[in-house]
Amino acid sequence: MRKTCLESVYKLAKRNKKVIFIGSDLGPGVLKEFKENIPERFIMEGVSEQSIVGMAAGLAIEGYLPYINTIATFLTRRCFEQLVIDLCLHDLPVKLIGNGGGLVYAPLGPTHQAIEDISILRTIPNMTILVPCDAFEMKNLMSATLKWPHPIYIRLARGGDQIITKKNRKFVIGKSVMIKKPQKYLFLTTGIATQMALNAAKKLDNENNIKCGVIHFPSIKPLDTRALLKWIKKVKKIITVEENVLSGGFGSSILEFCSDNLKEHTHKISRIGLKDKFADDYGDQNSLLNKNDLNQRVLYKKMLSLIKNS
Amino acid sequence: MNKLLNKKALKIKLDSRSKYLRQLIVQALVGGGRGHMGSAMSLVEILRVLYDDFINIDPKNPRKENRDRLILSKGHGCLALYSILADKGFFSKKLLNRTSRIGSIFGGHPEQKVPGVEISTGALGHGLPIAVGMSLAAKLKKKKHKIYVIVGDGEINEGSIWEAALYASKHNLSNLKIFIDYNKIQSYGFIKDVVNLEPLCDKWKSFGFDVSEINGHDISHLRRNITQFNKKKINKPSITICHTIKGKGFYFAENNPNWHHKNNLTEKEIKELNYCLQ
Repeated sequence: MRKTCLESVYKLAKRNKKVIFIGSDLGPGVLKEFKENIPERFIMEGVSEQSIVGMAAGLAIEGYLPYINTIATFLTRRCFEQLVIDLCLHDLPVKLIGNGGGLVYAPLGPTHQAIEDISILRTIPNMTILVPCDAFEMKNLMSATLKWPHPIYIRLARGGDQIITKKNRKFVIGKSVMIKKPQKYLFLTTGIATQMALNAAKKLDNENNIKCGVIHFPSIKPLDTRALLKWIKKVKKIITVEENVLSGGFGSSILEFCSDNLKEHTHKISRIGLKDKFADDYGDQNSLLNKNDLNQRVLYKKMLSLIKNS
Repeated sequence: MNKLLNKKALKIKLDSRSKYLRQLIVQALVGGGRGHMGSAMSLVEILRVLYDDFINIDPKNPRKENRDRLILSKGHGCLALYSILADKGFFSKKLLNRTSRIGSIFGGHPEQKVPGVEISTGALGHGLPIAVGMSLAAKLKKKKHKIYVIVGDGEINEGSIWEAALYASKHNLSNLKIFIDYNKIQSYGFIKDVVNLEPLCDKWKSFGFDVSEINGHDISHLRRNITQFNKKKINKPSITICHTIKGKGFYFAENNPNWHHKNNLTEKEIKELNYCLQ
């Protein structure tokens, strides 16, 4: 997914002379062709997220369209004040590409795991948050970022994720994607939680003849409120799923929306996400997801128990 | 530090224009009932010389493409910026009376919505990195305008300042000129007691800057220094360490940490502020 994303930045840079890439001490050879062919708009700085975000703000004020890339935790935790003041207060079209959303960097420990990036960025006015679920969607969303006039955070997954979206589907910021149409039950998902939910929904269908839908929200902010208004009323049970801590995350945003607009339906919603704790183990992303009770088996069981107890 | 920059030299007498600009600051301070008085008074002459003699700006078209950019990275000194911008006609001086009041465009830190203010600052350590981006943009576009940044001495405690310094040097930003308002006092007290910055010149030299050191209240020093910057053809960023006095022009506030920020001004204090400007 990361490769697809960065290659897209290069393609955008060839199309638009305002596009600038800024990396923060990335691996050797990243975007080699970009560097060779458009050296003046390929900037590789050191380990300094605060000043890089400030620099990008300065470039954007002068009309450029900077795309910054580094590890998600560094791009959200270290320079939070710069995101708030330099980018969002000035409402500048700077794109932040965060590698390793969620537990991707499981073997590297909690310093590298972006478990709360969605929560903290959601609180900033003018910030847009995009969490694609596969490489096709990643590619399609990059074109939409070019003309978006606000700061955008793009949360990247590990890569090699199961492809479930269409190859050339037009990506619209603020719109959800219907993955599997619901009848009475529904998963609302973001990022790679969408694949987990889709697989759980298939199992519910195959093994229990329960028609459970999946709506994917690659755009967490702005949220597709039209889709929420339409579907929350229609279904009986909803589970939100995300690879982010529950406090302040995607599920919280759905509950907040519901509490403000569909109060009588709030009881339908349950949330599944990462636990309120730092990882105390290593292994790979899936092993830590399992430790957080976040996988398709848990989603299947949870939905089944909600249905049985209703 | 040479003899021209000792405490006695910094006691230089203010001329009528410097007093007038301070009068506007007092107008905003008294009108708003609060403000970073000491931090504004130390940088009046730096702003005055830049706006009177060097900066290419048009108050009728504050966003003109080829304007020089000035960024007050030490945003808390904004009363001085409001004062010079009002004087240059960016907005009516009368508006200063309502600084920090509901409905005013002037807050305790400057925002981009104020005509003539390039970026919103206030949290420290932000202005310089943004200025580095603006300087880089000017270089990419092959534009001739300059980017001037004023940073505070306490402000350079922030790591982001030194990160930005590395990049200003790396990218040979010869269009970037920093002024340090070295008034020797930060919020808690004297710089030397909170965190000593010396040897300050050496620090910036080692970061690859063209460094100069002047009396920040001496108009001729400032003019000469900026003229040299404009004439010099060197491939690196510049910095001028301006030795200044916090609260300059007001005997009770000079070098007095209690006047870093002031609110609840008493009648007596207001009288004394006005007395000093006579």
